[in-house]
Amino acid sequence: MHPLHDKKIKFLEETANLIRQDIIKMLVEAGSGHSAGPLGMTDIFTALYFHILNHNPKDPNWADRDRLVLSNGHICPVQYAALAWAGYFPMEEMMTLRKLGSRLQGHPHRGALPGVETTSGPLGSGLSQSAGIALAAKMDNKKYHIYCLMSDGEHDAGNTWEAAMFIGKNKLNNLIAIIDRNNIQIDGFTEDIMPLESLRNKYESFDWHVLEINGHDMRDIIAAVNEAKAVFEKPTVIIAHTIPGKDVSFMESDFAWHGIPPNKDQAKAALAELRTLGGKIKSEHQ
Amino acid sequence: MINKIAKLNKKIFKADIEQAPTRDGYGKGLVEAGEKDKNVVVLCADLTESTRSHWFKEKFPQRFIEMGVAEQNMATVAAGLGISGKIPFISSYAVFSPGRNWEQIRTTIAYNDSNVKICGAHAGVSVGPDGATHQAIEDIATMRAMPNMKVIVPCDAIEAQKATIAAAQIYGPVYFRFAREKTPIFTTENSSFEIGKAYEIWAGKNPQIAIIGAGPVLYNALLAAQELEKEKISVIVLNCHTIKPLDEKKIIEVAKKCGAVVTVEEHNVIGGLGSAVAEVLAKNCPMPMEFIGMQDTFGESGEPDDLIEKYGMGAKDIIKAVKKVIKKK
Repeated sequence: MHPLHDKKIKFLEETANLIRQDIIKMLVEAGSGHSAGPLGMTDIFTALYFHILNHNPKDPNWADRDRLVLSNGHICPVQYAALAWAGYFPMEEMMTLRKLGSRLQGHPHRGALPGVETTSGPLGSGLSQSAGIALAAKMDNKKYHIYCLMSDGEHDAGNTWEAAMFIGKNKLNNLIAIIDRNNIQIDGFTEDIMPLESLRNKYESFDWHVLEINGHDMRDIIAAVNEAKAVFEKPTVIIAHTIPGKDVSFMESDFAWHGIPPNKDQAKAALAELRTLGGKIKSEHQ
Repeated sequence: MINKIAKLNKKIFKADIEQAPTRDGYGKGLVEAGEKDKNVVVLCADLTESTRSHWFKEKFPQRFIEMGVAEQNMATVAAGLGISGKIPFISSYAVFSPGRNWEQIRTTIAYNDSNVKICGAHAGVSVGPDGATHQAIEDIATMRAMPNMKVIVPCDAIEAQKATIAAAQIYGPVYFRFAREKTPIFTTENSSFEIGKAYEIWAGKNPQIAIIGAGPVLYNALLAAQELEKEKISVIVLNCHTIKPLDEKKIIEVAKKCGAVVTVEEHNVIGGLGSAVAEVLAKNCPMPMEFIGMQDTFGESGEPDDLIEKYGMGAKDIIKAVKKVIKKK
């Protein structure tokens, strides 16, 4: 990784803003899909694809690439937009999301689109697939890292904890899990639906190294990943505290936006807000 | 009469025919597949000895992964291994895998096209005293309905060994089903085995009925064929070990030759081999059929032979079915 100059941070933040705009455009065009999660995880995806990952968009199946496994597949619009901006596929293809014949399936499908490592959507199975990839890497003495991006809601699923137990036992330190701790799921707030706290204590008791960060702070995200890579005796989980719907004020922290797209007017308002950085810039066209 | 081309065991109808459970063939096949390819890895959910995975574990400890009682995790960890150059075999009882982890198999193995081989041991009622909780009778149906999944039901330990080795050599998801009990080893090293090919193992002259079966109960079909021959009823017995992809060409050929079919399997008659054969015949050459198998009921505790008898999968039941279906021709 390159050193973190202010210029780089600024580039990452600007890229995240552009990706958020594309998420809104894709969702309104598709007419269905999830809004809150993708916007909440945009900063993390941007940090990964534009700074952290050792990858090559021109050679997506390069054997030594870092693997980004998206466990909660429903937030795929953020991954798709990041992949397009990184150069994995043509930008104009973003607008085919969820349409017949598109490579951008409603939930990601391995083999359909370059850069998608696993098929996902049904919750709770990404962490264990990441464990399988991490085991294969260890067996073959490969040095790449596996980043598993998960939701907090999928910690209701037993499979997630089976994986956590297995990864702790096998000390898979080449695996870094990042949890989108946005406190919402479809039916409401996580702590009302099925309390997850203390998430930190739960992972620690499964023999993981646990970090907690502000999931919208580029320096925080990158520093946490660097620390995770330096921990050899345990796997690391980064609990990223995020705001669902981030940077679109009427979507922020409202679970109603978990599983729906904006309509045209809402999209227009959202894009205006994103383009003016929440009113900090006067004209959208500056 | 026995089809000579099938190269079956010469002691086939002798009392002292060698016996072994099909799971033994799986265990031996794993070791052989592991010797041939260093990417073969075996995962097991706390049933290492009874799935016969322990022979592989002893030989290749670094390539054996203990999962504990966690079949969903086993399927998904294997999915990750299978898309990373490994050839994982996951071993448990069929009621748990592919029972408990069906959706994980669907999404992360079949749809994900990961190179995972799923071994469902202790399938059928012949599991015996453990009772219905441990007797999988729905696994063929649930795996067969899944796109991108192959389904193989070996008839004896030798065929099970060949199937295991063959599965390691092709890319993609495969489900195999094995049994707990010792059953006659009626094929030989020289019998043909190819995934997707059905073999005529009994070839009566001017046959009136085609008996199409899979798994160890196929031996009962041979016993029935022998009895029926004495009564001047001539049949074909087809070993249809691969239930998906089904050897449609061969099934249509023998069915047309005979004009009526009896299917034999140790599985629910809904959704298994019988249903698969019926689908092919309904499309191509509809004809009378009888279905030997579990008649949409759960099993129970008991001795394996008694259970096979009670639930109508013995040689005398097959004979009865043949005589019944002849009348419908």
